[in-house]
Amino acid sequence: MSTTVSSPRPGKPQPDSTASDTGPATISTKPVTWRTPVLLTFFGLIALVFFGLLAPNQTASFGISTGEDFFQLPALQVNAFAGGIVLSVLLLGLAGYAVYLKTKGRPAPGWLTVTFIVLFVAAFLIWVVGGARTPNISLAGLIAGSVTLAVPLVFGSLSGVLCERVGVVNIAIEGQLLGGAFTAAIVASMTQNPFIGLAAAAVAGAVVSMVLALFSIKYLVNQIIVGVVLNVLVSGVTGFLFSTVMQANKAQFNSPPGLDIIEIPVLSSIPIVGPILFRQSLVGYLMYIAVLVVWVGLFKTRWGLRVRAVGEHPQAADTLGINVNATRFWNVTLGGAVAGIGGSFFTLVAIDSFTKEISGGRGFIALAALIFGRWNPIGAFFAALLFGFADNLQSIVTIIGTPVPSQFMAMLPYLVTVLAVAGLVGRSRGPAASGIPYVKG
Amino acid sequence: MVRVLKLELRGITKRFGTLLANDHIDVVVEPGQIHCLLGENGAGKSTLMNVLYGLYEPSEGEILIDGKAVSFRGPGDAMAAGIGMVHQHFMLVPVFTVAENVALGAEPTKAAGFLNLDETRRRIKEISDQYGFDVDPDALVEDLPVGVQQRVEIIKALVRNAKVLILDEPTAVLTPQETDELLDIMRQLKSGGTSIVFISHKLREVKEVSDTITVIRRGKVVGEASPTAPTAELASMMVGRAVSLNLDKAPAQPKEKTFEVRDLTVIAPSGHHVVDGLSFDIARGEIVAVAGVQGNGQTELTEAILGLQDRVSGSITLDGKELLGRSVKEVLNAGVGFVPEDRKVDGLVGTFSVAENLVLDLYDKPPFAKGISMSPAKILENAKARIGEFDVRTPSAVAAAGTLSGGNQQKVVMARELSRPLRLFIASQPTRGVDVGSIEFLHRRIVAERDQGTPVMIISTELDEVMELADRIAVIYKGKLVGIVPAGTGRDVLGLMMAGIPPEEHTPVPQPGPASTAAATSSTSDAEGGDHV
Repeated sequence: MSTTVSSPRPGKPQPDSTASDTGPATISTKPVTWRTPVLLTFFGLIALVFFGLLAPNQTASFGISTGEDFFQLPALQVNAFAGGIVLSVLLLGLAGYAVYLKTKGRPAPGWLTVTFIVLFVAAFLIWVVGGARTPNISLAGLIAGSVTLAVPLVFGSLSGVLCERVGVVNIAIEGQLLGGAFTAAIVASMTQNPFIGLAAAAVAGAVVSMVLALFSIKYLVNQIIVGVVLNVLVSGVTGFLFSTVMQANKAQFNSPPGLDIIEIPVLSSIPIVGPILFRQSLVGYLMYIAVLVVWVGLFKTRWGLRVRAVGEHPQAADTLGINVNATRFWNVTLGGAVAGIGGSFFTLVAIDSFTKEISGGRGFIALAALIFGRWNPIGAFFAALLFGFADNLQSIVTIIGTPVPSQFMAMLPYLVTVLAVAGLVGRSRGPAASGIPYVKG
Repeated sequence: MVRVLKLELRGITKRFGTLLANDHIDVVVEPGQIHCLLGENGAGKSTLMNVLYGLYEPSEGEILIDGKAVSFRGPGDAMAAGIGMVHQHFMLVPVFTVAENVALGAEPTKAAGFLNLDETRRRIKEISDQYGFDVDPDALVEDLPVGVQQRVEIIKALVRNAKVLILDEPTAVLTPQETDELLDIMRQLKSGGTSIVFISHKLREVKEVSDTITVIRRGKVVGEASPTAPTAELASMMVGRAVSLNLDKAPAQPKEKTFEVRDLTVIAPSGHHVVDGLSFDIARGEIVAVAGVQGNGQTELTEAILGLQDRVSGSITLDGKELLGRSVKEVLNAGVGFVPEDRKVDGLVGTFSVAENLVLDLYDKPPFAKGISMSPAKILENAKARIGEFDVRTPSAVAAAGTLSGGNQQKVVMARELSRPLRLFIASQPTRGVDVGSIEFLHRRIVAERDQGTPVMIISTELDEVMELADRIAVIYKGKLVGIVPAGTGRDVLGLMMAGIPPEEHTPVPQPGPASTAAATSSTSDAEGGDHV
């Protein structure tokens, strides 16, 4: 993770790095705070007490291979008590190193924080599984399931990237997902063709987005308010049609044919990686393609340069002959279509029918993933994956039976969201003109 | 190589609602000339150029290029016709590199819309070498000094083969040295065949570089002038009446030092030391001007004194009492009058009436308040007195302050701050965006406050204003004090100081006054220069 560089307002003189600025007096660096060392120590102690000292003396087993793989790897066996102690000592070691660095006036490096998080999660897993009634889970299944749960989140946050990069805040991701899910279900049921359903979902998302674009760009209505209202509107409309139309004739309107899982021969049998990359539905493959296309598009093409300019400094773009509001309109529309495709995942892949509020607030988690991923498609992808992981973990852990009440486990994805957005990895900086309507002159 | 281009604006009129910003303006820019549009802030120069650049559509009139009428539907058309513009507020994306900024809008691409920034880098290097710009195509714009950012803007125009370059108040953000460099660049561009439209209200620069001068006042062309015309004549054309450019103030009679700043450091949220170990003091009955290029810590310094900054260390004392750590209200009650740098943001509530704005800091004190009720009659009475005293041109005391002109708004702010007994008066950019006539008036009021025995601190980025008002001049650069010099110090010396070079490193200070002796003798290096005065 890169540290956030302070950005003085444009138009002010910046400390010029080229001139004779080598003296210590003129270089001002960000002061190193106690925040990171203290947090790390705190979590290290929690790990030591709960995951180490209080851990049950039981062996946790993590399956790595599934039956369909080329070759079978033995399951990972860890004694919960020993594992917990070893990992928490390592964690405290890292925290101690951060404290040492702080006393020397240096900040904790990025790798340290990342390693800490990974080890902490590992210690948590060992503790949870070790304390379960049936202390073994499939690691491969855990990860593959995380990706599956992350699919709508990834589409949602890509939609957010497309909108915010161009300067429009898209709070309506939830509505776009829900609209996509509903439309996919009803159209696929009526045509008995999931591909038409998928296309219809994209159109539905785009339509929701167009309303957002129209009101926020042309009529300069506050974007947050339009977004929130759209979420409520879509929820109301789909809920109403669900109880009046779909419930009345389920066979005709709410039994969409699903999109099948497409296995790519040979590749899908690679342990761990195979199921993630090569055993997906069409929507899953589209997700990988969309992440790459949006990333390449934003950072390597003329379109992307213009989009980013419009989101950062619309006046500058305007003075160079770029049509700011048209760029915004079409990007927001495209973002809606992407979210709509994500919504179709609910009704065409995950479950084969629509129910009220099927998106269940995932649009908001996608928004969090967007911020956590720093407005970067690839960052957003991994952030969404993290939330998917938390989501999947809580359901698996509930199934195997743990000492932790399931309600607490159910909080996990949201707890991760709060921690992530509250600046776990430092302050992130979004596009400068995000949320600000552009008026000429 | 050079295709010369003659540009003609004929009868350009631009209305915003009922406001007539440009009234039948005729201007002819001959090929290969530097043509200056001289006028005060708000005279309509920028509006005219935005019309020419295709950002605004004219209500009436036409633009002719080489005798042929053209119509621009956007800046893209203007650029295609060979017109480039460097805006007063740079149109650069701060988080983009120089190359990305230059490429934007006219990107060289490979197949399928992929960017070809190597091509842009090559062009930047070419132009950079031709004019000696020294710009790194891969530097992030936000890391560049303002002077270099401006060159990036010029490169942007030249890459697009601009034959006419509009420079809108280009020197407002530059140090005097950078200004001189820019004037040189303009001459070079001219000899290379580029015509320049130079918008300014600074007579010295205009006279130095222009071939032709068109004076604009209140949206109308009031005449042409030659650059050899006397300054006073240009000034009176610009303002519409004779103005005295020199403020003949009596020499200061400093008494005891009642305001002291010691080792003041302000840390920005980013961790930068925006004010770094600043120490100075001001005596009763003297004006100390803090000079420096915009953004070198001036804003944070005044905010620290007012109690608006959180991460502050050092000490600020007024009449022996510590101000640091006090609330804004306590600071004001200690007798500090403050004119903020941006009257629209911090000085006035635009939708409130003039009368209400005149008691923004006194509304809860008698005679304007009794218990929890306010007394509108007293407020109105006060307003009428102040309006008369400060010659505020307003339709009435209950007109919304936001509807007044810049100069009259500033008079309202100044009238409010000077309407109570003060122990310290701070004015930040007291005459920014104010017409010349009002400037004169405001300056006299500031001097009058000094003569009543109040310590006065002026923060200004306009060297002319600093030289006119100050009894002593403190120059700051990157939050540090470069030195304190007496009034009458030369423009060159001040200019170099504003770039961070202490006075003793270039020329001897003319005649070190009593106050500057310490600065002139003891500080030996840039790093030390800020600590002792």
